[in-house]
Amino acid sequence: MANRIGVEVSIAIANAVKLANVDLVAAYPITPQTHIVEHLSELVANGELDAEYVPVESEHAAMSCCCGSSAAGARTFTSSSSQGLSLMSEILYPAAAMRFPIVMVVANRAMSAPISIWNDHQDIMVQRDVGWIQTFAENGQEAVDLTLHAFRVAEDRRVTLPMMVNIDGFTLSHVIEPMEMMSQEEADAYLPPFKPRYRLDPRKPVTMGPVGMPEVYTEAKVAHSEAIKKSKKVILQGWKEFADMFGRHYNLVETYRSEGAEVLLVTMGSISETAMTAIDKMRDEGQSVGLVRIRLWRPFPGPEFRKVAGKAKVLAVVDRCLPPGALCGPVGAELRSLFYKIPGSPKIFSFVAGLGGRDVRVEHFEEMVDKARAFAKRRPKELYDVIGVREK
Amino acid sequence: MKEVRLHGRGGQGGVTSAELVAIAGIAEGKYAQAFPSFGPERRGAPVAAFIRVSDTPIRTREKVYNPDIVLVLDHSLPSLVNVAQGLCEDGIVILNTGMSEAEVREKFDLKCKLAMVDANTIAMEVLGLPITNTTMLGALLKATGIVGKAALEEALENRFGRIAEKNKAALNRAFEETVVTG
Repeated sequence: MANRIGVEVSIAIANAVKLANVDLVAAYPITPQTHIVEHLSELVANGELDAEYVPVESEHAAMSCCCGSSAAGARTFTSSSSQGLSLMSEILYPAAAMRFPIVMVVANRAMSAPISIWNDHQDIMVQRDVGWIQTFAENGQEAVDLTLHAFRVAEDRRVTLPMMVNIDGFTLSHVIEPMEMMSQEEADAYLPPFKPRYRLDPRKPVTMGPVGMPEVYTEAKVAHSEAIKKSKKVILQGWKEFADMFGRHYNLVETYRSEGAEVLLVTMGSISETAMTAIDKMRDEGQSVGLVRIRLWRPFPGPEFRKVAGKAKVLAVVDRCLPPGALCGPVGAELRSLFYKIPGSPKIFSFVAGLGGRDVRVEHFEEMVDKARAFAKRRPKELYDVIGVREK
Repeated sequence: MKEVRLHGRGGQGGVTSAELVAIAGIAEGKYAQAFPSFGPERRGAPVAAFIRVSDTPIRTREKVYNPDIVLVLDHSLPSLVNVAQGLCEDGIVILNTGMSEAEVREKFDLKCKLAMVDANTIAMEVLGLPITNTTMLGALLKATGIVGKAALEEALENRFGRIAEKNKAALNRAFEETVVTG
């Protein structure tokens, strides 16, 4: 029987990082991520985790430190949010392109200004294209499970890419809830030691990250792109073995009461649980609605999404991000590309909700479904609609 | 599912109280959530925290809008905050007060079921500090039984270590002295 305890999600994530037996943690505090690295500092100070704990001077330094550490062959972890994640951005690109299997938990938070410490997905959408594998957790248990899974996938020699696990700031990071923690033996059995193909070693010098002349740059980008696409297989295999060991099942795209549904809500992250409650209510009222939750955001699981959602008439996509001047939110845009010109494919509308910590409630999901149905009959001027804007 | 809203002031340990209840519920095999009203934490300012305890998995991340139970740690808050806001029809408000039921009902215009205990006096006498978070947990147990006393005491021991005994004593005295009205 697994150890079921009530614990804050951030603390549980830190414990999962300890179970992964990391060699280095680069830490720079930023709300709402701070509890994760705070608890890791305790674990290292107490001698429970034998790792280098580097309190760096900025997030830019944090990611630079992670790159050096990973290049030397060390299992490497960091965590960030919002403006801090943006400050890392410059180094996120080489971390991925140089194929460093760093794992980072991002406690998703809004971008300034106005200053907001609260949750939405603007921070990660800014970093959508940095070349990292990106997953989203719906609850604390998933945050723990996906963190352990991330090390395994990132370090797999068929992948060798960094991985971000996204957890909603505050709405997950600061909540106490029940979680089953695996033992060290179980974690060790699931996660083999990190054996990099190349590492910085003065006895066997190698060059990492040299200049890419026009003759090779395109090929390097294509190789990265192909590598992240191929990672899907390893991601799935990691979840399959996770299910075999721990009994909890994960998939690239997950559904809830979606069979035969005319309207499908599409969500990412912790609002999915509230969305399930909304679906239960609407199904009880006889409405033909269901839910599709995207767990893997990069690489985007296109065929898998089409398979579960392609027969619906309407998709009501929830975007936790409003990119000014864009045609619609990023998840909506992704799905519109996916279904473009495919005969009989669903009509797609993007609903922007839950910005900067605004609560997304059952009634908001009902509103999205109603509006999506109406938009399907009469095409609106914009491809997106912002839920719950106060006009006065 | 029972939903609780907890009112306190920053630094009074309201979030800790909420956490202890959730941890106790989970230790009893139930499902529970505890979370603060996320904001810039300011010592002394009115703050809220939320608890859900359920026999079945909890599938919501909404804040608590219609609590079954409201727990107020600070005696001065009912004058500043509408503690009964959104309270369920048969909900209960648990107050830290030295006043009589009639005085409380008149002063704060509360028509709901009430539970009352003079937690300030208990905390000063038992802990030597006017910090009422663990004392008011005794009132919560007496008025609602939302979790078991043994599980809550164990959560308290794990959290407070060597000062757990005093806090347990304050909790138990509040449990004895809490008056629940009809």
